[in-house]
Amino acid sequence: MNDATQLRPKLRWTGTVSTGVSAALRFVTRYPATSIGAVLCLIVVAAALLAPWISPFDPNDQHIIDRLQSPNTTYLLGTDSFGRDVLSRILWGARISLLVAVTSIAAAIAVGGTIGMISGYIGGRVDLFVMQTMDVLLSFPSLILGLIVVALLGPELINLVFAIALTAIAPFARIARAPVLSLKERAFIEAGRALGFSHTRILFVHLLPNILSEVLVMGSLWMATAVRTEASLSFIGLGVKPPTATWGGMMREGFENILDAPWLSVWPGIAILLLVLGLNMIGDGLRDATDPRLRGEA
Amino acid sequence: MSHPTLEVVGLKKHFVVGKGFPRPVTTTVRAVDGIDFHVDQGEAFGLVGESGCGKSTAARAVLRLIEPDAGAIRFADTDVRAAKGSALNALRRHMQMVFQDPYSSLNPRRSIGRTLAEPLAVHGIARGKAGRAMAASLLAEVGLPDTALDRYPHEFSGGQRQRIGIARALALQPELLVADEPVSALDVSVQAQVLLLLKELQTRRGLAFVFVSHDLGVIRWFCSRVAVMYLGRIVEQGPVARVFARPRHPYTQMLRDASPIPDPAQRGVLPRVVGEIPSAAAPPPGCHFHPRCPRASDICRVSYPEWNDPDGQGFACHHPLDPG
Amino acid sequence: MFWYIIRRLLAAIPTLLAVLTLVFVIVRIVPGDPAIVILGDQATPDCIAALHAKLGLDKPIWQQYVEFLGQSLSGDFGRSMVTGRPILTDVGAVLPHTIDLTLASLIVGSVIGIPVGIWAALHRNRPIDYAARLLSLIGLSFPVFVSGIFILLLFALHLRLFPVIGNARLDDPLDRLDKLVLPAATLGLVMAAYITRVTRSAMLSVLGEDYIRTARAKGIPWRRVVWRHGLRNAAMPVVTVVGLYIGILIGNSVLTEIVFNRPGLGKIIVGALNQRDYTMLQGLMVIYCFLIVVVNLITDVTYGIIDPRVKQ
Repeated sequence: MNDATQLRPKLRWTGTVSTGVSAALRFVTRYPATSIGAVLCLIVVAAALLAPWISPFDPNDQHIIDRLQSPNTTYLLGTDSFGRDVLSRILWGARISLLVAVTSIAAAIAVGGTIGMISGYIGGRVDLFVMQTMDVLLSFPSLILGLIVVALLGPELINLVFAIALTAIAPFARIARAPVLSLKERAFIEAGRALGFSHTRILFVHLLPNILSEVLVMGSLWMATAVRTEASLSFIGLGVKPPTATWGGMMREGFENILDAPWLSVWPGIAILLLVLGLNMIGDGLRDATDPRLRGEA
Repeated sequence: MSHPTLEVVGLKKHFVVGKGFPRPVTTTVRAVDGIDFHVDQGEAFGLVGESGCGKSTAARAVLRLIEPDAGAIRFADTDVRAAKGSALNALRRHMQMVFQDPYSSLNPRRSIGRTLAEPLAVHGIARGKAGRAMAASLLAEVGLPDTALDRYPHEFSGGQRQRIGIARALALQPELLVADEPVSALDVSVQAQVLLLLKELQTRRGLAFVFVSHDLGVIRWFCSRVAVMYLGRIVEQGPVARVFARPRHPYTQMLRDASPIPDPAQRGVLPRVVGEIPSAAAPPPGCHFHPRCPRASDICRVSYPEWNDPDGQGFACHHPLDPG
Repeated sequence: MFWYIIRRLLAAIPTLLAVLTLVFVIVRIVPGDPAIVILGDQATPDCIAALHAKLGLDKPIWQQYVEFLGQSLSGDFGRSMVTGRPILTDVGAVLPHTIDLTLASLIVGSVIGIPVGIWAALHRNRPIDYAARLLSLIGLSFPVFVSGIFILLLFALHLRLFPVIGNARLDDPLDRLDKLVLPAATLGLVMAAYITRVTRSAMLSVLGEDYIRTARAKGIPWRRVVWRHGLRNAAMPVVTVVGLYIGILIGNSVLTEIVFNRPGLGKIIVGALNQRDYTMLQGLMVIYCFLIVVVNLITDVTYGIIDPRVKQ
């Protein structure tokens, strides 16, 4: 019986530095894509956490004399039309991107995952109805949905999180439901019922741990989408309000000066790309690793 | 005859399946179509039949793992079908189940210790250290060392897992075990060990069994009484020795003759297996068995035979075989 | 086939009703008063009440719902609050631009994605495959407005090969094509990334089938096996991508239109956002609903034509 648990790499910390290093090396050689993705994401996370200490300037300080400077030794990535340091703004902008991505996807996992699990567990007509509702939600273009929700609610951080979470609920309902459908036919679930376990216990103590890895893998892929959506909404002007530094907002301001100062659009674009790519690489690699059937596919 | 522990009367379970467009065709599968049986205290009662005859559905309905559509189930003077909430939970402590597939019956992500201690905690019997100690003694009872407590299902063989499944069923100190093909997924060499363990538990704990199997040899060895099922109904019932030695129903005879006999000298007549089991969605009219029956006559095609000899070891056949 | 199409048509009706209900719910459950959103915090109660009456918000909720459904299904998508013009007129004027863009990007995506996907599948787990997978991953990691701006910078501003922005004249095909190149390339590259992945995995599963092994065992040349079975099966992924990623395609076309300043549905929606044109937004959502349902219907029917198994 090939349990997924057996195939997962076991990284046990045995106490010495050398074994830790060799375990890390083994992981890197076995899962190069995931490792590169992890490095990319760690860089962004570090930038977000350390922004107050490593930024050369305050992200909102306007050096009016130095406006629209191309990259130089003082302003490594140049300055924008208000004379603000682009590098500092990119470092601080990482915070918004990560904050929105993590909270919105966590909310989507919590709500969508619960809906999917319960729906699949109950089955029958309830399941049919819930899943058709989810399909409808899924078929609606997520960017348009997010755009309109933010437009109606107003461009605030919390509304942005709500809108992006709303677009990701349906996919997580689907992802959580599929394994529940097959797991609930397994005898250990029936055994749980015979032993008088409550449905809540069966759902959250027995089913949940068995689907968690799949949901978390998809979580990193959907965090990539969330970063992209947040940046897109900010680019359209529906993101967190200025002057707060966001990557999408910087692209928007840079786009207005694209003829005079192309670097204003290039740097935040690269930052977005690296974070999204990093998350996608982690998710793709993990999916291949956790699901041997899918190894090397799609 | 001692007082029956479990009594089942007129148990029915039909599944309705709808398919097609624009006019969906609904078919009703009569998985269990009105069966009666009882199990005495400490008795091993067998349910035997070909696959698809409804024996597993019947076993699950007894435990309310599948809700029956009609009929009465009484366990030690409690109405099983009416039980709800805490009454149902109390019943669960008296009746437990052993499953066929030892691989899917254990949660792959829980250690054996947690799997065994969980029902104890849920039913408020023991928690923490006491629960672990009880889990260890349950393992000892099924012949596994307590080092197994911290290991996971995939580290065990099929036979060992089945022992763990039995230990889990014993955790609540039940009086009745429903065993659904408990050894048919195991290697033949392991089957005997698990059967011996179950037999030992029966004598030591005074357990009653509803033992579901398609294997006549296993039933013959393990059970004292047996009911033969065909397409959702019981066609013959009685003490194992009598039923298999002198079957009254032609189907029982066919089953017996089809199962291999260890001693070649005793193999008299060639097995007479005619046709395959029809679908329970469209059972033949009259006696369900008539298309395969060598003794079928006109009446068999029209009317389902009455149950003869209602002392708990009868049969349902228009043209029964001679006794003896 | 006839019954299959009828069945799909009938199945589309509840979907359409459900999507419309979703639009209604989203517009209503979103907390806050649309009148205040439109008029601002300082609006007087009289103004708000007047706007409520104008928008029909003073009626009971079920009546609003029934009227909304009735109007939507009869093709009345309302009028813009700002210009007073029927929404359908505004949309109809720019729809050819959006259709140009999406079709062109699908062609670009297929022309790149299908061969690369097949090629990668044939060289599974070899450098070519890894390169194709990495490139497609990068392709779909690019937010389309970022790649659009990069392409704009490179080809229009740096190399000066194509016009920067394009309000093409619909009656001049050459002009239309010229202004389409960069936006279609931008959106097409994203679609190529998706199509590559879908084609690759579809090919991999086809190549693992017994009938492929049988064909090889019979001595049919490998090239011919791939050509005959590969080509037929490559058609499915494109259809799948259109059906599955229609939402992504629509969302990305909005961003592409903004970057290249093209007329289209995207520009209308952003304009409506900026002007707080509440009725316009609702009407656009309804139009998107119809688009999605129609595209899904076409996808389903195409499936039925390509794959005879689906009909059953």
